[in-house]
This record gives sequence, C-alpha cells and structure tokens, in this order.
Amino acid sequence: MTKRFPSITNKLAPAAAVAAVLAIWFLCCEGEIVPAYMLPSPADVFRAFVRNIGDLLRQAAVTLQEAMYGLLIGIALTFAVAVLMDRFRFLYKALYPLLVVTQTIPTIAIAPLLVLWMGFGMAPKITLVVITTFFPITVGLLSGFGCVDPDCIHLMRTMGAGRMQIFRFVKLPCAAPDFFAGLRISASYAVVGAVVSEWLGGFEGLGVYMTRVKKAYAYDRMFAVILFISAISLLLMGAVALMEKAAMPWKQKGVSS
Amino acid sequence: MEILKAEQISKRFGDKEVLQNVSLTLNAGEIVGVLGVSGGGKTTLFNVLSGVCAPDGGRVLLRGEDVTGKPGKVSYMLQKDLLFPYRRVVDNVCLPLTLRGMSRREARAAAEPYFEPFGLAGTQTLYPAQLSGGMRQRAAFLRTYLASDGVALLDEPFSALDAITKRTMHKWYLGVMRTIELSVLLITHDVDEAILLCDRVYILSGKPGEIRAQIRIDKEKTEDFALSTDFLDYKRQILAAMHLD
Repeated sequence: MTKRFPSITNKLAPAAAVAAVLAIWFLCCEGEIVPAYMLPSPADVFRAFVRNIGDLLRQAAVTLQEAMYGLLIGIALTFAVAVLMDRFRFLYKALYPLLVVTQTIPTIAIAPLLVLWMGFGMAPKITLVVITTFFPITVGLLSGFGCVDPDCIHLMRTMGAGRMQIFRFVKLPCAAPDFFAGLRISASYAVVGAVVSEWLGGFEGLGVYMTRVKKAYAYDRMFAVILFISAISLLLMGAVALMEKAAMPWKQKGVSS
Repeated sequence: MEILKAEQISKRFGDKEVLQNVSLTLNAGEIVGVLGVSGGGKTTLFNVLSGVCAPDGGRVLLRGEDVTGKPGKVSYMLQKDLLFPYRRVVDNVCLPLTLRGMSRREARAAAEPYFEPFGLAGTQTLYPAQLSGGMRQRAAFLRTYLASDGVALLDEPFSALDAITKRTMHKWYLGVMRTIELSVLLITHDVDEAILLCDRVYILSGKPGEIRAQIRIDKEKTEDFALSTDFLDYKRQILAAMHLD
C-alpha cells in the first residue's frame, strides 16, 4: 500500500496525530478534567465557528488584507535589500548583524510603538507584517545568492555575460528554492503579525474580534478564531507551495538545483 | 590558416609565477592538445585565452584581432558540464545565443539543426537531470559550439566520465568534429586521449608553466590506432617530453 498509494500513506500519519489530539481534547472536556470555561470542547468550538462564520469571514477579510499588503511590500523590500547586499559586500557586512538583531526583538514589543506612531488604522498593522516577514525571505534570498556554484558564474563570464545577465540567468533561479522556503514561513508569520498588531489597537480584524470575545469570556468563540487563524495560515502556506511548484517545474522531475 | 594565437603569455598571482612566456597557435580545423601535470597552469592559460583573466604580459589574437582580456570571444567548456538544472536542455544549449540578445524563439531555431548530429534528438524539452552523463557532456559541447566563433577551448571535458562512456564519447567527438567547423584547444592530463583526439600536442611544464615541446600526431587514426606501434611511439615521445619516462 505504501508503494501503491504514497500520497495517501504520507498523509495518514499527520491525520492520525490530529485525530489523536482532538480525541484527547474531547475526552479531557467530557471527563471534566479541565473545566469547560477554561477549555471548551471541540464540539462547542465547532458550533461557535458555524454560528459566527459571517463575523469571522468579515473580520478575516480585514486581517487578510493587512497580511497581504504587508507580505507584498515585505517581498519587494526584501528583493531590493537582498540584491543590494549581494552586490555590495560592504552593505552585507554592515546590515546582516542588524538584520539578526531585529529578530531578537519580540513583535509584541514593537506593536504598541507602531500604534503610538501611526495610529489605529491599517498602517501599523501592515508595518508590523512587513517587519515580521522581512527576515525569513531576506535570509533565504541571501543564502540562495551565496550558494551559486562559482563555476557557473565563471562559465557565464566566458560567454561574455554581464553582471545583470549573471543575476538573471544564474543567481535568481538558483535562489528560487530558498526564496520560496522563506516565503512559506513569512506567509504564516504575516497573518499572525496582523493579528498581534490588531490586539493592541484597531477597529476591525480577527485580532480585534479576539479581544472582544475574550472580554466577553466567550472562550468557545476565542478557540474558533484561533483555529480559523491557523487554517488561514495553512491556506496561505499551501498557496505558496502551489506557486513554488509552478515557478520551479524542474523540481517536479526529481531534480535538485 | 592561423585562427588563434597566444604570444608570450605571462601570468603571476602574487609571488607565484604561473605562466611564463607561453606562445602557441591553433590553425583552422585543428584539434590541439595541451598536456601537463596538475597545477601546471593549464586552466590559467585557458582563462587568459578566453579573456576572463588578463595576462601580465603577452597577448591573445583571434584571426589577427587582439582579444586579450575580452571575454565572450573564445568559447570555453569547463570540466563540469555546468548545465543549469532549472533550464530545459534546449534553453541550456541556447544560452550563449540568448546572452547575445537573440530572442528565445530565434535562439531555439538556430540550435535546432544541431540536436540530431550531436546525438541529442528528442532531448530538447527535458531537464539536464533527465540526461545520462554522456548526453550531458554532448549538450555542454553543443552549448560551447553555439557560443563559439569557430574556436573552442575544452578543459578536460571527458575527465568526469567512466572509462566506457569516455571511449564512446571519444568516437562520437571525432565523428562530430568532422561535421562541424570548429578549431579546438583541448586541455587533458590523459596522454592516450591526447594522442587519440589531437592533431598536435603542446607539453606544458609546471611551476611556472611554459611550453616544453610540441609533438605532431600526423599518422592516420584508423580503427585500431590505439593498439598500433605508432600510438606507442607517440606515447613514448610525449612521456619523454613530460619527463615521465
């Protein structure tokens, strides 16, 4: 069976793990090991999700908008910075430690400052998403640019290729797998980043909705939102995987770059 | 007719003199070998001839034109095939044409007639990983040919192949060279390969590299040439010139 249906057997193990977690969660609630007001049962969460699906979708549209704007700006900024850092060694040496340091600052610590500086609109949310998504893609791109076989560049030079041609025909495609690896992580960070910034101030979005239901002690709805955010993040990561597949058809032929 | 000429090429890296007054010529349609020990400056010599490395002294002439330090004039095939895994075979082969500004369609049309004689028919849409080692070398050789202006430098192109594939490739190479107009300068450290493939062989001494001898292989290369006494005579001469006898 493993050989005949690899796609099914590959998914069996994670599906079994998810089922086991749900079963344990359900038994904990049914056996009243954890009080219902602290941990609602999966059935309650599901019911809350179905009852509030309209609200959730409306709020998710706002959060997704912030996440997508942030992600797109983050990608554009990342490309500009990574290309410059790859081109100018001095910039690489100067900026790389700074990039690492920015990752040691917790997102939750920057978010209130952004709200203070930019207000309660969309700007601080998008900015926080840009900050959170910037690092994984930049590191991915820089690592991809740096891993190019020097002989490939040498070959291009013997063919009279200029710097831009070497970048277009060698560096960029060689960095594609690392770029998509970074983008997959950033896609999930984007939604979480938007939600975190919404917690600290705003009028709409899943983060704002979460703070409201938390204040109302509606933990079943709270869990529904958490699971919904998780589902959106997984969907975004899936979309990135599809883009990766379309952008790198040679990978489907069992080829590594 | 002299097509490529290196005059008094010298090159040093820091205190280390790698090439010293190296002069050689390549005539139209010739296959000329450059034999020498490892670290003897063969690859540096090719880097200078291809224009990616400027010499400290001397100059390189292509059909009389000074091309010293000008890359893109003399085609160069490196030891590894260096086919890009993300480009289809046809696009790998067409790369030098694309770099010169041809559109993808024009480049593909220009390369298409060579797939059959180079033994690559039907591989156009495949990716390099789907080819055998020998086919990858042929694709790399076709790319080198398309990049060339009638002159190519081959840096140990068969060294990574197993003995059987190498033998097949030698036969194929001699066959295809009869159908195309290409003058080749071939680096090798394999004496047998040099005798089998080349019309002339330069012996490059090491540290610093300088031309020690030039041996002409002018006997007809029949089917059993590799087993003939002529072959052994050439081998003896070359080994003596390399001081390895």
